[in-house]
Amino acid sequence: MAEHTEDHDHGQAHYVKIWAVLLVLLVISILGPILAPHIEIGFMKAWMWTILFAFGIAVVKAYLVAANFMHLNIEKRYISYMLATMLMFMLLFFAGVAPDVMRHKGQNWENVAAEAEIERALKAQGEAAHGEHGGEHEAGH
Amino acid sequence: MSMTKPIATTRSATGIPTGKLAVWWVIGSEIVIFGGLLASYIMHRIGHPEWAEYASHTNTWFGGANTFVLLTSSLFAVLAHYAAEHGDGKKAAKWLLATCAGGATFASIKAVEWSIEISHGYTITANGFWSFYYTAAGIHALHVIAGCIIMLIIARQAWKGEELHRVELIGIYWHFVDIVWIFLFPLLYIAK
Repeated sequence: MAEHTEDHDHGQAHYVKIWAVLLVLLVISILGPILAPHIEIGFMKAWMWTILFAFGIAVVKAYLVAANFMHLNIEKRYISYMLATMLMFMLLFFAGVAPDVMRHKGQNWENVAAEAEIERALKAQGEAAHGEHGGEHEAGH
Repeated sequence: MSMTKPIATTRSATGIPTGKLAVWWVIGSEIVIFGGLLASYIMHRIGHPEWAEYASHTNTWFGGANTFVLLTSSLFAVLAHYAAEHGDGKKAAKWLLATCAGGATFASIKAVEWSIEISHGYTITANGFWSFYYTAAGIHALHVIAGCIIMLIIARQAWKGEELHRVELIGIYWHFVDIVWIFLFPLLYIAK
């Protein structure tokens, strides 16, 4: 009732509302990939929907928590810049290392161990699936 | 009030109370720790097609339940902050204890989940995927446990009406731990 001299109007109802939205998003992120195979529209393949549901929603959820619960929306701007800088470090790390990890062959190099492990594992999975489903070849990819 | 408050907790040349600035700095560091781990996981996952089969053995319902628990505990943490902001230390302490209960529930669900997985042979040394799974979720779980311990200490102070600003500080940390899980959940449970 008695409104204090607050510079923002984040009442308890507001927090509960944000929480409810987060729960709805959680349900969508679980159901999305289950429904994904049935909603191939145009160029949107099933795996694209899964990625969209999984990570698109995660980004929205993280934003809602950061802005409303951590109050980044009313915090000094330089805090957001600092956190964004740290995220940039993560992207920099990814950009520098990922090309070598995601591929196993380059112009002058070959990651023999990784290739051998992939081949071995896929073969083992294929045989396991073969045994379970009686003839179906179900190696994951 | 106490006259012996350390200067570092009260002065503010940055426009932000120093304690809060320190928490933001911790979170900045944590972004690099968890970010590096998650980035490594993503690049390995893309580079290793065989991991898709390993990942299909994680249990979405355990993960989903834990997401629900953490999101709800975050709500409790922000309600504790709201109470502290209005000078109600006892109420803030109660909400902090509720948040802690959320953390304990999270850890319990994790314990059951891991027990089942380990009993099925999915151990940390089984393969690269499970190594990442236990490392990432394990470091996250340690953050949950550490947060709970700090929260209990702060709840005790808040109950006596002392150091109410700390309620917000532990809240900010807790929300960050929540955000890390928000990304771990799709990475380990949804993208199969």
